[in-house]
Amino acid sequence: MQNHYEAVVIGVSAGGFRALHTLLSELPDHFTLPVMIVQHRKASAENYLVTSLNKNCRLLVKEADEKEKITSGTVYLAPGDYHLLVEKDKTLSLSIDEPVCYSRPSIDVLFETAAATYQAGLIGIILTGANSDGSAGIRSIKAGGGLTISQHPETAEADTMPLAAIATKAVDYILTLQEISPFLNDLLEQSHETKE
Amino acid sequence: MDNEELEITLLLEAMQSRYGYDFRGYARASLTRRIKKGLAETGLQRISELIPPILYDRDFFNKFVANLSVHVTEMFRDPLFFKALREEVIPYLKTFPFIKIWSAGISTGEEVYSLAIVLKEEGLYEKSRIYATDFSDTVLEKARKGIYPTDLIKKSTKNYQKSGGSTSFGNYYHADYESAIFDRALKKNIVFANHNMVTDSVFGEMHLILCRNVLIYFDANLQNHVFQLFFDSLRPNGFLCLGSKETLEYSKEKDNFVAVIKRQKIYQKKKTHRGYHAESL
Ligand SMILES: C[S@@+](CC[C@H](N)C(=O)[O-])C[C@H]1O[C@@H](n2cnc3c(N)ncnc32)[C@H](O)[C@@H]1O
Repeated sequence: MQNHYEAVVIGVSAGGFRALHTLLSELPDHFTLPVMIVQHRKASAENYLVTSLNKNCRLLVKEADEKEKITSGTVYLAPGDYHLLVEKDKTLSLSIDEPVCYSRPSIDVLFETAAATYQAGLIGIILTGANSDGSAGIRSIKAGGGLTISQHPETAEADTMPLAAIATKAVDYILTLQEISPFLNDLLEQSHETKE
Repeated sequence: MDNEELEITLLLEAMQSRYGYDFRGYARASLTRRIKKGLAETGLQRISELIPPILYDRDFFNKFVANLSVHVTEMFRDPLFFKALREEVIPYLKTFPFIKIWSAGISTGEEVYSLAIVLKEEGLYEKSRIYATDFSDTVLEKARKGIYPTDLIKKSTKNYQKSGGSTSFGNYYHADYESAIFDRALKKNIVFANHNMVTDSVFGEMHLILCRNVLIYFDANLQNHVFQLFFDSLRPNGFLCLGSKETLEYSKEKDNFVAVIKRQKIYQKKKTHRGYHAESL
């Protein structure tokens, strides 16, 4: 039986500005899943990233609000200096708990809480980055039956994060940046066909 | 409900019935992470195994519960908020002969000392009383002392300057080897007290309430409960200040307040009695 996917989470660090532009600009306007992103960054740099991604993406890109209902076809970015978490009732919450792997927002925190909520309905993606945040998260997504993707390390501006994710042996697909959006799209169309 | 959720529900139930600490309305995702972290430190396997030691061992419980809360804070956190407070709210408060302020969830006290400094500089301190509360005695004790590691001073000074501070931050503390000891005079009109926003009730009528970065840890129902508590604790036209990512926007209490400085999350209680507003429209 084909999985019925419900949400996408993306973790990205150094080199993320360009990577996110490439990936998000390729998503079609009929892309029906919500996308939640942790991009490591400083608190002050925030609005610029959201504004510029919004210009380049056919979907609505916004900074996540506390207690916000997760809506399909919307791209949420974790605010600088806050962890982004998914609640079981499919709302978002924020926290200022200690940094995880020196990071706040932390990719692991988003991935682990999203995996607990969406289980097999979750797709997790690790992109370029110079640390190993996200590896524990990739493991929980896999353990919950979700689908995991890593950017091909050779095509990443910084390969540490993809390499660390792949080293967990919990990554299903290793793709170039350009391949990821079309892949997601195909996946969705397939799962729609099997539903009918 | 999966087993893990069930175990957490039972654990929270046990803590509530045994000790009156009620975490049942806290946002689950973050609470779950903290419970699991606490569990990992004990070496036990399952969350439900925490229940016997919690019921029978007070010390175990105290340690466990201390780790469930997040106490991260700093002086003049979000300097632009303190600037807005100074420029937009304080002038209004100056018109009163005496003002009462409640700073709720103060953690180790940095927030309330920042507030005291603003009040001093604006000439309002002498006619103010500040109630500084938290539900953790451990952090309250630190807050009472007002002694902080010196390595935090650089950040604090920068925040102070950005917040529109009118003198030198160095005037407010004296530095020892490793600690900055805050001026005792700042404490004169501060009353430190244990208060739990979930289980305790109104204790006065305030002109201003600060409750920052506490409500993000509560679920929507508990937020409503606390907003109601704040509503009942405020004079008409009193101010409520939330953390920069917190909002009244999605709450039932929304219509009882006006967002006076939206960006800085400063709200003002409407003059009307609660509930009347909707009907009178
Ligand atoms: C993250 S700190 C916020 C400190 C400060 N207000 C700030 O913004 O920097 C949250 C504080 O809320 C306190 N807290 C959590 N639940 C509470 C409750 N039910 N009643 C009173 N205080 C509570 C915790 O003990 C902790 O010190």
